[in-house]
Amino acid sequence: MTFKLLTLRVRQDQGEQFIKDLRAARPAGFRGLPVIDTTPCATGCDACVTACPTAAITAAPLALDLGACVFCGECARVCPAHKIAMTTEVAMASSARAELVVHEGPARRPPIDVAAAIRKAFGRSLKLRQVSAGGCNACELELNALANVNFDAQRHGIEWVASPRHADGLVLTGPLTKNMQDAVQLAWDAMPDPKFLVAVGACAISGGLYRDAPGLARDFLAKVGPLVFVPGCPPHPLTVAQALLDVMGR
Amino acid sequence: MHTVAIADVPELEVRAWRNWVKAELLQGSRPVILYGTRTSETRVALTMVLQRGDGGLDLIRTSVDPTTGYFALSEVAIAMHAFERELHEQFALRLTAHPWLKPLRYEGGTQADMARYPYYKLEGKEVHEVAVGPIHAGVIEPGAFRFMCHGETVHHLEIQLGYQHRGVEALLGRGDPRRHTPLVETIAGDTSVAHAWAHCAALEALAGVALPSEGEIARALMLELERIAMHLAGLTGLAADIGFLQGAATYGRLRTTAINTSMRLCGSRFGRGAIRPGGAGVGLDDGARDAVRDACALLRDHLVAIDALFLEARSVAHRLRGVGRVNRAMATQLGLVGFAARASGVDLDQRRPARGAYAAVPLARTLETTGDCWARARLRITEIAASLGWIEAALAHLAPMPADLAIGALAPATIAIAIAEGWRGEVVHVLETDAAGGLARHKVQDPSLRNWLGLAIAVRDNEISDFPICNKSFDLSYCGHDL
Ligand code: SF4
Ligand code: SF4
Repeated sequence: MTFKLLTLRVRQDQGEQFIKDLRAARPAGFRGLPVIDTTPCATGCDACVTACPTAAITAAPLALDLGACVFCGECARVCPAHKIAMTTEVAMASSARAELVVHEGPARRPPIDVAAAIRKAFGRSLKLRQVSAGGCNACELELNALANVNFDAQRHGIEWVASPRHADGLVLTGPLTKNMQDAVQLAWDAMPDPKFLVAVGACAISGGLYRDAPGLARDFLAKVGPLVFVPGCPPHPLTVAQALLDVMGR
Repeated sequence: MHTVAIADVPELEVRAWRNWVKAELLQGSRPVILYGTRTSETRVALTMVLQRGDGGLDLIRTSVDPTTGYFALSEVAIAMHAFERELHEQFALRLTAHPWLKPLRYEGGTQADMARYPYYKLEGKEVHEVAVGPIHAGVIEPGAFRFMCHGETVHHLEIQLGYQHRGVEALLGRGDPRRHTPLVETIAGDTSVAHAWAHCAALEALAGVALPSEGEIARALMLELERIAMHLAGLTGLAADIGFLQGAATYGRLRTTAINTSMRLCGSRFGRGAIRPGGAGVGLDDGARDAVRDACALLRDHLVAIDALFLEARSVAHRLRGVGRVNRAMATQLGLVGFAARASGVDLDQRRPARGAYAAVPLARTLETTGDCWARARLRITEIAASLGWIEAALAHLAPMPADLAIGALAPATIAIAIAEGWRGEVVHVLETDAAGGLARHKVQDPSLRNWLGLAIAVRDNEISDFPICNKSFDLSYCGHDL
C-alpha cells in the first residue's frame, strides 16, 4: 500500500511542467551575463585583463568577449572599482560573432537574426545532431538536460536525433580536436540541406580555455560559419533553449 | 596528500628500480600512478607511486634513457598497462615485452595513425565485427568501439580513444599553476570539483598552506553534491537504456535539484569556481544552508520512492543482474578504482581511512560484491544515500569561509601528490617543482584511465545488445582519459 502511494506521488510530481516558460525562467544563483558599468577605471589598472583565464577582456575602453568568457567571475572579483558585475541573466546567444562583445553600459540582448527561409523550414520542428569534439562533458550534459523533464524542449519541437541524416542542425561542442576533425566533417557532409551549424560554449566559439592547446584543428569552423553562437562554460540550458527558440522564430 | 623533497625520494638504477617495483606489485602493493618527467634531452625521470593499506603512499624514482628503456612491468601486472603505454607515447620510451603498446591518445602528429590502427581480429567462419563511433547515437563524447562477435556474443571489445585529446598537460605545464584552476575544472568537466580539489591541495601543500577545517568541509560538501548529481545522471542513463522511463524521468529531475544546489552555493551547476587555491568560492550564509537542507530533504523523500521502484522492478533486475560482470580478482588485477572497483568488492575509497573533512564528519561505507551492472547501479544508489547522510551531518559544521589564504612561493625541488575521491574514483594530481620553485611537471590522472579496460573485459561473453548498459554502468570519461 505504502509502495503504491509512493509510486503515485512520484507520478504526480511529474504531472505538470517544471518550467512553464523557458523564456521567463531565471536560474537562482547562476553566474551569467557579465555587465560593465560606466565607472571610470583607476589609472593604469588592468586587474581584470590579467585575471582573465581566457584573455576575454580588452582594456581602454573595457570590452569583454562572451565568446571567450568562461564565466569564472574572476574579473568582477578583482576589479577595485566594481565596474564589472556578474548577473543571473541567461539570454546572451547571438547570430553575429561580433555581437558577443559586451561593452560599457546597460546590458543589451545580442540579436539573433536568421534568414526567413530558415524559420520557414525549421520554425515548427528542429531536429539536432550533437557532436562533441574535445568537449569536457559539461556542455554535453547541459545539452542533454534540454530534453529532461525540467526543461522539456520537446514541447517546442526541439529534439536530439541519433543520425546526422535526420538532422537539421549540427550542434558543436568542444574546441575541435585534430583527432575529431575528420569525424566532424563526415557528420556535416552526411546532413541533408538545408542545414546549419550552432557553436555551443566558449570552447567551440573561440577555443576558450584551450585556445592555445596543441591538439586542436579548427578549420571546420572557419569553413562552415555557425548560424548561432551560444556562450557559456557550459551555457545554461535556458541559454541554449532561448537561442533555439529565436532561430525557430517562436 | 603527500609532499616530499625530491632528494628524499629513493632513486634506483633502472633495473634495480624495476625489480623493486615488480616485487612490490607481486606482493600486492597497489599502483596509483607511474609517470615520466623529462629531465634532459636524453633522460626521463620515472616516478612510481604505490599505496599501502593504510592509505599512505610510497614513492620510488629512477632515471632512464628512453632509447634503452626497461623490461615492461605490464608483463607482471596488467594494472600497469596504461601507465606504460602513456610513457611509450609521451617519451618514445622503449618497453621490452610490453604486450600492447597501442597509443592511448594519438598525441602530437599521429592522427593519421588513428585510421590505420590495426585492431585485434577474431577469425573464423561466422565471426563478425561491429564498429561503433567515434560519434555515438546520443549527446555524448566521442570514442570508438570495435566488437568481435560470434553471433550475439562478444568475444572481445577493443576500445580506441584519443578523439578528445586537446593537450591538457601541455597547457598545465605553461604559466603560473596558481591560475590553472579554471582549466583544471574542465579536464573532465563532470568531475570539476574533484579535479579542482586535488589540484589546489597539491598547490597548497607546495606553498606550505593548510586550509582551516571550514574550508575542507565546504570543499567536501561540493564534492559530495557532485557525486550525488553524477550518480543520478548515471542512473538516469541506465534507466533510459533499459526502457525504465519512470526512472529516467525521475532520476533526471532529481539531478537537476542536486546541480541547482551547487549553483546556489557557487554560481555553477558543475561546481566551477567553488574551489580555488587557498580557499573556496562557496557562499555559506544561512540561506545557503537552508537551501542545502531543503534539497537533501527533497532528494531523500523522492529517492525513497524511485529507488524502491527501480530496485523492485523485475524488468530492471532482469536486464542488469549477471550482465557485465567483473569479479573481485579481475578488478584487482586490472587495477580498477572508484565505484567500479567497490561494486566488485574491492574496498578502495580515498575518503577512507578518514582524514580532514571525512574525519570531522564520518561517511558510511559502501560496497557491493557481484561486480555486475546490477552491483554498479545498486552501489550508486547506496552512495547517493551515503553522501546525503554525510551532507546532513556536515550541515552543523558548515561555516562561512574565511578569506582566501595567499599561495606564496612554492617549495623547490619537491613533489606533491594529492588524491581526491571523485564520483568515478580517484583523481590524482602530481605537482613537481624545480630547484627554483618553478613548476617542473603537472601530471594529471583521471580515474577513467584505470577503468576503460575494465569495461572491455566486462562485456566479454555478453550479448552485444547489452553493451550500452555495460558502458553506462561504468560511466567513464573520454576527455578525462584523453587529456
Ligand atoms: S568571467 Fe569571463 S571575462 Fe571575467 S575573468 Fe572570467 S572568463 Fe574572463
Ligand atoms: S565550453 Fe566549457 S563547459 Fe563547454 S566543453 Fe568547453 S570547457 Fe567544457
